[in-house]
Formats: sequence, structure tokens, C-alpha cells
Amino acid sequence: MHSPTISRLLVTFAVCYLIFLYAPVLLLPLFSFNDNVYPNFPLKGFTLKWYQQMLRDQPLLDALWASARVGIAVSFVSTVLGLFAAKAMTRYSFPGKGTITSLIMLPLVVPSIILGIALLTLVRQVFDLDLSLITVTASHVLICVPLAMLVLMARLEGFDKNLEEASFDLGEGAWRTFWRVTFPLILPGLVSSFLLCFTTSFDEFLLAFFLSGTQPTLPIYIYGLLRFPTKIPGVLAMGSCILMISILVVAFSEWFRRRGIDSQQGSIV
Amino acid sequence: MANGAANTMISIRAVTKAFGPVRAVNAVSFDIAQGEFFSLLGPSGCGKTTLLRMLAGFETPTEGEIFIDGQPMSAVAPNHRPTNMVFQSYAIFPHLNVRDNIAYGLARKKLPKAELGAIVDRALDLIKLTGYGNRMANQLSGGQRQRVALARALVCQPKVLLLDEPLGALDKKLREEMQLELRQIQREVGITFVFVTHDQEEALTMSDRIAVMSKGEVLQIDSAAALYEHPNCREVAEFIGTMNVFEGRLLTVSGGVAAVDAGPAGQLLAPVNGSAALTPGSAVSVAVRPEKLELSAARPGTGNAIAGRRQAEAYLGDRSHYYVEAQGLPKPIAAAAQNTRRGSGVAQAGEAVWVHWPVEAGVLLTH
Repeated sequence: MHSPTISRLLVTFAVCYLIFLYAPVLLLPLFSFNDNVYPNFPLKGFTLKWYQQMLRDQPLLDALWASARVGIAVSFVSTVLGLFAAKAMTRYSFPGKGTITSLIMLPLVVPSIILGIALLTLVRQVFDLDLSLITVTASHVLICVPLAMLVLMARLEGFDKNLEEASFDLGEGAWRTFWRVTFPLILPGLVSSFLLCFTTSFDEFLLAFFLSGTQPTLPIYIYGLLRFPTKIPGVLAMGSCILMISILVVAFSEWFRRRGIDSQQGSIV
Repeated sequence: MANGAANTMISIRAVTKAFGPVRAVNAVSFDIAQGEFFSLLGPSGCGKTTLLRMLAGFETPTEGEIFIDGQPMSAVAPNHRPTNMVFQSYAIFPHLNVRDNIAYGLARKKLPKAELGAIVDRALDLIKLTGYGNRMANQLSGGQRQRVALARALVCQPKVLLLDEPLGALDKKLREEMQLELRQIQREVGITFVFVTHDQEEALTMSDRIAVMSKGEVLQIDSAAALYEHPNCREVAEFIGTMNVFEGRLLTVSGGVAAVDAGPAGQLLAPVNGSAALTPGSAVSVAVRPEKLELSAARPGTGNAIAGRRQAEAYLGDRSHYYVEAQGLPKPIAAAAQNTRRGSGVAQAGEAVWVHWPVEAGVLLTH
């Protein structure tokens, strides 16, 4: 089984896999420092001007800010709703539980384009509301609640429900039990849920495409820029910044998650 | 046991708990006195934990009412009951250290810091964990967690402490130490303890009184000695310790002694205990503990005797069980002998022996 040939093949496979996965992403920072409007080889020279162009591009910064606001609102609302749902699913039994779970999960499997058209019809024809970042936020909550619920259910199932009973037994009501016992124990889950919902919302295109009004989110704005080649390098610069931030956030959330696991299973002294 | 209205702490009145069609607890009524160490004993699924959880308020009775210190409890939430619980899993808060765990239930009292600290120090002293205050739950052994759970409940000064198989997860030696320690702490604090266990030895060692439960019903409530010596039915007799039971039919009752036709075991005599109406011809059993039996080569003049052949010996260190096979009996008879002077006067395997016991050592069981 463990012949040298096989392990060499495995290593080759793994290396190729990583190159295919990450090389395209790494082209982004590479071209963002290249002194050429067109992102192609050979590279011409090092420059920071695309980063300066990015900082002067007010509509691009506005779109970034819009996406950030939507993302934060979506992650907050979805995590709170997901927590309620996860608590109901893990701590209580009630008629129709299976059906309700399926209904909450449904938006994950319905194609976004169908969901987008349906929501657009609902918002414009039924409720006659104006399209805005609020409608985008609402649609993103729809697809993020199931994600938040899944993350938090795993966390809630992971701890002894006697802990909550013990808190009641020691004289605390539901509200104080939540803040003194449940919240600290599921905090790593809440952070994961928040980050997952944020990233899902941040790069969501189809729903935002149908439901954003005059104010575009970042993916919509970038899509619009593809018609103007001179603007592309600024986008590459912004992409590189976002990539950097994503790596930091993932590293942080992974560190936080491990810390959570440690404090439950017992290895910090 | 004095059980007047004045010192009754818990009163369980016709309590039933149904989960769908299953009656986990079925029309149970009894009282527990103030300061009593009371055990609920029974096999798993007998309803003892459900009954305990109803005392704590985590389950609501389907029918009936529970009174604690004279107050009806059905409308009282767990956080407002004068009870505290030691959970089977201990339920030590993993994100808090030992001191914060112990002080958890005192937070709402808003005590001055110094006073709170003094209470926690006293509690740590009581459970012999002084100096462990800053440890987290995952740095404690099973026995230490168990004690923290106990201290956390006791500092709330409950009227009743509920313990759900608290020693189940500990190894044998530690369990025996904790049994003694728990009993001592209970005497010190004088709080009523309701202790759930499936371990009959544990219940016998620790309790003032024991309720033996089976299939949601209470079979017998008595002191350890009374349960062992005078079980009121076959289930209790066979659940607690080892019991030889000979089934038969009642022949006559005269002078407090019943004569029973026990088929292959011959005619046996047993004292009549209690005032139950006994009709000749009804199905009864005669039960006798192994240590009340003696083996001899010749038939003794008085008492009950059954002829048989000595089979295997089960050596238990301090004592041995000898199994005697008698013609026509479904199970061999178990007889126990102390091993104080080992080897003296015990029949060899394969020898014909008489198993005999004085009439007053037996128990007559009617169901």
C-alpha cells in the first residue's frame, strides 16, 4: 500500500490540487502591482498607482461600504433568528418540527435566480416597495438563516443540557440563564455563524442583482465595471485587499473555534 | 421513624406522570420527613429519576400534587423552589472556575464581596477542596466535580437536596469514600436529602429510609434493615440482596405460623407478618436469605429442612456461597457461610446435605 511510487503520486496530486485552487486567486495581487492597464503577461513593472486609483474611486468605495453594511446587518439578524430556530430544534419537541426544519432549509436548495425573480415580484407587485439595500438585506437573511441555524444547532447539541437546568435549579430565570450559561458556551458558534453569514452575503450576486435599487453592492458594481477596461486595475487592488482581510478573518475564526473546543474538552492549564 | 405532620418536609400525593401512553410514575403517595436521608431505589426505567425531576420542577405531574414544606409546588418554577439538585453528569459550568461555580446560585442575592468570599471558602472547606478555587471544571477529577456540584447546591441553603445517582460515575473505592462523606455532610447540614440510585448496596448503607420502586410504582418504603429482613413482596425480596424463594400453596395458619405446601421442597413453615387476610389454598412463597441457612449431614429435629446435594462454591473472600441442588427445584438453593474459620464442618462438593433454617428466619410472601 505505502509504496514510494504511490506516496509520490499522492504528493504530486496534492500539489497540483493546491495550484489549481489558489494560483488563479494569487494572480489577483500579482496584477494589482503590475504597471499595465491590462492584466496579462509579461509583467511590466512594480507600481502602487492602482491602489491610489482605488482610493480615489468614490463609487467603488460606496459599493464596498454598502456591501459591508448589508453584510453586517444580515449576519446579525440571521444569527439571532438562527439561534432561536436552533434552540427550538435542539431543546424542544413540538408537532411539525420536521416540516418546519425543511421549510427553513429550503432557500438553500432553491436556485437563487428563481428566488430572486420571486422576491422581485413580491416586493414590486405585491408590496409595492422601492428596491434598496433593505430589500437586498432581507433576501440575504432568507438564505443565511439556514446556515446560522446549522452552525448553532451543532454547538447547542454539543453541550450538556443539564447545564441550563442546573442554572434554573440554582435560581436563575430563562433570561439570566441565557446570558450566564448558554451565551458564553455557544459564543464560538455565534462568531462562526456571524462570519459565515457575512461572507455569504458579501459576495452574493444574483439576489442583489434583482433586488438592489440605485445603490449597488460590491459584486454588482464590479460586474458593471467590466465594460470599462481602465477601471479594472482598481478592482484588482480592492480584490487583493479583500483577499488579505478574508485570510485574516478565517485565521481568527479558526483560532477562536479551537479555543472553544479546548475549553470544552480540557487541555488549557 | 417519626412522621407526624409537624416535621414532614415533602408530601407526594397521588402523583402520576404520563409520557404519552407510558406511565413513568403511577399514583405514588408518600411523605419524607425533615432531615431525613431518603433514597429512591429501583432498576433503570422504574420512574425514580422522573419522580426526582418532578420534585425539582423539571417535569410537571400529569396528576396529583407535591407539597414541599407545606406549599403546593405545581405552579412553582424550578428556579423558585426550595430545592437544589446534584445532577448525574454534575453539570459543572465549564466556562467558570470552581469558586464561580459554587457562587453561581448566590449571585442574585447581591451579597457584599467579602461575605460571598467567606461563604465560598466555607463551602470549599466542607468539601475538602480548599486551594482548588481557581481551577476550571476540566482540571478536576470525577470525585472533585461531584463535590463541587454538592457545594454549589448546598450554599443555596435549600430545604431539600436532590441527588440523581451522583456516585454512579465514580470507581468503587472512591464511591465508598463519597458515600461516607455524603452521609457525614448530610448530618452536619441537617438538610433533607432525596437520593436516587439503582445500587441497592449504596441505598442500604446511606439511607434512613428507602422507597423501592418498580414500573412507576412504589413497592415498599422502609429502613434498610426492614427491607432486607421483611420484604413485603417477591420483587423487593429479589431486588435487594440474594433470596431463596420457594413457591407453594398455603395450607393452614395457626399461632402466627403459616404452613405452606412447597411441592418438591416439602412442607415449610414461616411466620405470618402483618395482618393481610390469608386464605388457605392461595399461592404464596416462603423466602429465606442465604446467611440464615445451615448445611448439615443429618436432618435437624426442628425448623424447615430440604434434602439436596452440594454443588459449586462461590468464594467471595469474607464469605462463600454454597449452592445446593434439591430434586425438583428450578434453581439451586444458595447458602452463605462466613469464612472466619474456613474449612471447618462444610460439606464437600457432591455430598448429600440437609439445608435447614429456623421457622422465624423465613418470610411469607403473598405476592
